[in-house]
Amino acid sequence: MNKTVKNAEEAIKDIRDNATIMLGGFGLCGIPENCITALVKKGVRGLTCISNNAGVDDFGIGLMLQTRQVKKMISSYVGENAEFERQLLSGELEVELIPQGTLATRCLAAGYGMPAIFTPAGVGTEVAIGKESRKFMVDGQEKEFLMEMAFDADFALVKAWKGDPHGNLIFRETARNFNPMMAMAGRVTIAEVEELVPAGTLDPDHIHTPGIYVHRIFQGTNYEKRIEQRTVRKK
Amino acid sequence: MLDKIGIAKRIAKEIKDGYYVNLGIGIPTLVANYIPQGMNVVLQSENGLLGMGPFPFEGEEDPDLINAGKQTITTVPGSAFFDSAMSFGMIRSRKVDLTILGAMEVSESGDIANWKIPGKMVKGMGGAMDLVASAKNIIVAMQHVNKAGESKLLSKCDLPLTGVNCVKKIVTELAVLDVTPQGFRLLERAPGVSVEEIKKATQGRLIVEGEIPEMIID
Repeated sequence: MNKTVKNAEEAIKDIRDNATIMLGGFGLCGIPENCITALVKKGVRGLTCISNNAGVDDFGIGLMLQTRQVKKMISSYVGENAEFERQLLSGELEVELIPQGTLATRCLAAGYGMPAIFTPAGVGTEVAIGKESRKFMVDGQEKEFLMEMAFDADFALVKAWKGDPHGNLIFRETARNFNPMMAMAGRVTIAEVEELVPAGTLDPDHIHTPGIYVHRIFQGTNYEKRIEQRTVRKK
Repeated sequence: MLDKIGIAKRIAKEIKDGYYVNLGIGIPTLVANYIPQGMNVVLQSENGLLGMGPFPFEGEEDPDLINAGKQTITTVPGSAFFDSAMSFGMIRSRKVDLTILGAMEVSESGDIANWKIPGKMVKGMGGAMDLVASAKNIIVAMQHVNKAGESKLLSKCDLPLTGVNCVKKIVTELAVLDVTPQGFRLLERAPGVSVEEIKKATQGRLIVEGEIPEMIID
């Protein structure tokens, strides 16, 4: 298989207005920088973005908020972005906040071909409003679980450390985060990698995401990998 | 009265050898600095790491290696990386022994509110709802009263809830309390703080039985 495309522009060329897209990453760690830049350049609007966070004002998904390309965000935590907060409070942006584990597992369910999952996260809170719930026995005690539906996303944009033309991916450190399960969940999955290596180079035992889940792959350029909170200790 | 470091030091005493621990943002993060030397404790960071180490030395920061507070960190020998689904899998299946997190309000029945102030702050729950819904043991690090002097230990939470009936223990600048079916049970006083002061600062039902000892911090 050769799923290699030239660059981000080519990879995202059929993402149209009002698409639902997943974006990997936790904070600014492991985000698909090249695809975000290409989406800003392309100027598609009305996007629904499923992503744990919404970037910061001038980086990550924050760039697409500045240009008002996002109609709705589905996230677990959005605290680092003033423009986001402004659009939310003014009603320009629709936001659905969901628990982080629920977000991850709804992606996982999509990639595993399961329509729904049951989780205790959010029981008794406003997250549970309007949702079906069921009681199960856990450790000899009855416990309530919410039914949460698998996501259905037109595209998943993920960032990996290494990949090959088959679409096999290896992630690095905590930049893995949501990327593997979003890669599994997209109808069309686009992977950008720091290093695209020839087929047969990656050890099959080390693959995190098998290429069957990935439809397009390209080697990204000019990764900034911005650090959100630089914390250090003295030598 | 305790400062933030005092609260962190007192909570560190609750950690036992062999524990897997998840630390929330704020005071809970400080707890890592006071885990007794020689104790085998593994810190879980819900963005995908078991075996979180201290901040890196200057110049050694790695943008691919952060904690759940988005801070640059290091790993300790024996650490492991994983994805977000597995991270919450180990939380949901109760492999994590202890969760320490902050709160805006806790109720006498163990409800916790820490993610939203309607009309003012909309940051989101992050992993807090998953953690409190599944943790075997939850300790809350918080201030006993807010800036206006109003109690944050209530008969019922006013703010939108993060989870119900889940908090087991609370450590504040004034006291250590257990959450019991009967209400908050006072266990220890902070140095120099009287039982009367704690009663005044606690709006929810407070159970005081016998002599209440002063905390031993160091």
